[in-house]
Formats: sequence, C-alpha cells, structure tokens
Amino acid sequence: MTASVQDRIIAIIAEQAVLDPEQVLPGSSLEDLGIDSLGLVESIFAIEEAFDITVPFNANDPQQSEFDISSVAAIARAVEKLIADQKG
Amino acid sequence: MRRVVITGAGTINALGHTVSETFEAFREGRCGIGELNIRDVERLSIRIGGQVLDYDPEAHFNRQQIALYDRFTQFTLLAARQAIEQSGLNFDGTLGYDSGVVLGTAAGGTTTWDENYRAVYEEGKNRVHPFVVPKLMNSAAASHVSMEWNLRGPAFTVSTACASSNHAMGQAFQMVRSGMCKAMVTGGSEAMLCFGGIKAWEGLRVMSRDACRPFSANRNGMVQGEGAGVFVFEDYDHARARGAEMLAEVIGFAMSSDASDIVMPSQQGAERAITGALRDARLNPEDVGYINAHGTGTAANDKTESAAVAHAFGHHADRLMMSSTKSMHGHLIGGTGAVELLACIMALKDGVIAPTIGYEEHDPECALDVVPNVAREAKVDVCLSNAFAFGGLNAVIALRRAA
Repeated sequence: MTASVQDRIIAIIAEQAVLDPEQVLPGSSLEDLGIDSLGLVESIFAIEEAFDITVPFNANDPQQSEFDISSVAAIARAVEKLIADQKG
Repeated sequence: MRRVVITGAGTINALGHTVSETFEAFREGRCGIGELNIRDVERLSIRIGGQVLDYDPEAHFNRQQIALYDRFTQFTLLAARQAIEQSGLNFDGTLGYDSGVVLGTAAGGTTTWDENYRAVYEEGKNRVHPFVVPKLMNSAAASHVSMEWNLRGPAFTVSTACASSNHAMGQAFQMVRSGMCKAMVTGGSEAMLCFGGIKAWEGLRVMSRDACRPFSANRNGMVQGEGAGVFVFEDYDHARARGAEMLAEVIGFAMSSDASDIVMPSQQGAERAITGALRDARLNPEDVGYINAHGTGTAANDKTESAAVAHAFGHHADRLMMSSTKSMHGHLIGGTGAVELLACIMALKDGVIAPTIGYEEHDPECALDVVPNVAREAKVDVCLSNAFAFGGLNAVIALRRAA
C-alpha cells in the first residue's frame, strides 16, 4: 500500500523541521514546527519534486498565494488538488 | 584626504545604450521591463526582465574580441568607453600607473557558463572553446578595461551579490581619497538573463511574474535586469587643474554586515551603513535630499529598508525623497548600484528626481515619499545610494552636487 499524500507531506516536513514524523500533527502550522521562510521554500521544492507537480507559491506573500500553507493538513489537501488538476 | 569627483559616466541597460538615453527614460518614468526573448524561455515560469534590446555585439567588437568577451564584459567595455571619453582622460602616459579599475559583478560570465554547460551536458560534446575560462571569470571585465585603457595600478573585481557595484565604487573612492590613485574607473556589470541565470533565481520564489513595484502594497517580487554602469572617479585637484567637467562629488561611503541571515535583510545592518555614510561624509541627516533606494520590490527588502531610513533620519525621513529605479531597469544584481548612481547624478546635476514607477497602493510599512510614478523637479544638494545584498552585505555611497 502506498503512503497517503498526507503521510508523505508529513515525512517531508518532519525532515525539514528535524523532527520525528510522529511529532508532526495534521493541525500543526509550519511556525509551530519551527520552519522559517527559507525552510518553507525548501519544503515547497521538496513537495514539487516528490509529487512531480508545480506549486503556485510566491515567498513575497505566502498568505496570499493560491496554495494554503496554514497547516499540515491544509497543505496535504492543496497538494491533492494540485495532483488532480495537473495529473488528472 | 583628497576630494573625489566623478568626471565621466557611461552605461548600457534596458532603458538605453547611453547615459542621456537613460536619463530621458528616468525623466519620462519609462519602463524597460518586458517579455524576455531568450532560448528556452518556455521552460521558465518567470518570463519578464529588463533586457538590453537592439544590441548587436558585432557592431562594437570584432570576432576575436567576441570570442574573449562574455556579455557582461561587453557591457562593461561599452560603458567604460563612454565614461572615459567623457572624462577626457588619457592613461597612455604616467597617469596610467597612477590609475586603476575596480568593478563589481555578482555572477560574471553567466552566459558563458550557460552555453558551455549546454554543450557538454545537453548536447553531449566533449570539447569546449579554448577561451571558456578567461571569458567567464568574474575579473575578466576589469582585466579587459585595464588592457584597453592602460590602467596599470590597482585592478580587481568585487563580488558581494547585489551590493557588488557599491562596494567596488567604495573601494575606488577610498583609493582616490587616500591619494593612492589619481583616477579610478569603477562601477559594475551583470548579464545573467539567460536560461540558467533566471532558472536559479526562479527557485528562490521571490520573483514577480508581472512587474517590479517597489514600496507598493501589492508588490510581489523582484525583476531581473542586465547591463553596466561605469564611472571615472578622479582626484578633485587633478580634475580642476585640467578644467574637467565634474558630474558630482563623491563625499562618503560606508559598509556594514548584518552577520545574521543569508537572504533576509536586517534593519539594523542597513541603518548602520546609512548612518556610517553620513558620518564618513560629515553630513547631518537634514543635508540629504534624495536617496536612491535598494528597493527591490520584494516584501522583505522594501519594508526593512523603509524602516532603516525612517530610523536613521528621524523627522527628516518625512521630508526627503526616496525612489527605486529598479522599477524601470530591473535589478541588475551585481551591476545595479552603478546604474542607480546615475539617478543620483541626475538629481544633483539636472534637479530631476527619477520616480518609482508601477506604484499602485500605499503601504503603511513603506510610508516615505517614494516619488510615485512621475519624475519630480527638485533642487537637491546631497544624495545617498543604497545597496543591501543577500548575505547581509550593505554598502551606501554619498554624493554632493559638484561645486
């Protein structure tokens, strides 16, 4: 069985935050996990590479980007949508 | 200490191939940013830039020269020729031993790297042109300028990312001021509007897809430009004795390091460079009428720079003008401070302040007079030019109207 999108996102974020995957909860925000602006850009890149998708994200205004980064679960939902849109 | 004046200026950038064309664009608030016309642009997500258009290397250089001159070197040589011709200096005699060249570039021969990586990786070739190394090295432009005009004193290249030109001009200023040199050719150049040069910037997610709107609340990133700006910095007495036209006087310079982050700017670091330049030039804050901002159009730079200026100048911050000409010519990275110094010279010499174009919405975090959209006539005695580079390397130059 392949890992769910959310599990793979958790693994990527855990690696970036230098945490165990168990410590990364669906409701966690990236700030909660100690990920700064550079870490965020690196996480987005890792997600794009892992899922072979393009994430619309501009570091000048992360909140206004079309991509919801408010929590781990929100990122997973946004990635699922991008996968459906870009690979469906 | 010696006084230092600028007796020659030259440029090629997205706004024009000469200083007068660039001044005209500044006065008109014309935008030089447009759709990029480069190989593989369809594989880029950022497709705009301040490109030098209508440029044919063969109109200026022969085949042997083109084999040795990367685009950044070509731009440098064209700008240097204008500057040296305007200065009227001839370095063939002993003056050549008392003069040198210090230039800034962040990336040097990017186009040469790009083309030759394509050849060996993409096309699978196992042989490259013999001059790849002398063409791409960051110091190539400084060497070619020294050879072309017999500059036999200090010659080197400074590379401090987006502050390269300001750091270079600061070195040149100090060499003339200390009496070490009679004249210095200085400024900087960048030519990284090629596939690899833009792809690298794209990765950082700080680029705008539509426009550079410094200090505007709806700004969404920087836009790359290309080109060169080159000046002749000369000992005041030397210039005066020969009756040279003085474009402006260089009166102060300061640098600082944030020592904190490889991309995020620091208000304190920027402020220390600004106040350092005022101190070096023996100025009071009230003396400054115009600041050419670093003003990249990113969320982080513009609010940090505005805060630094507000704090450094106190009440006077509300009375001075500060604009970012990157809105017109784009961000020339290592060459940017040199092209932007032209806006300071125009302010001092012609009494016209270049605007910040593309300005649409007030941002309370950038609440200074940014000369929005339209150039303004104003008598200005002293200007600063800011450069705050990635990695927290800051350099600020102070100029005064030539007396």
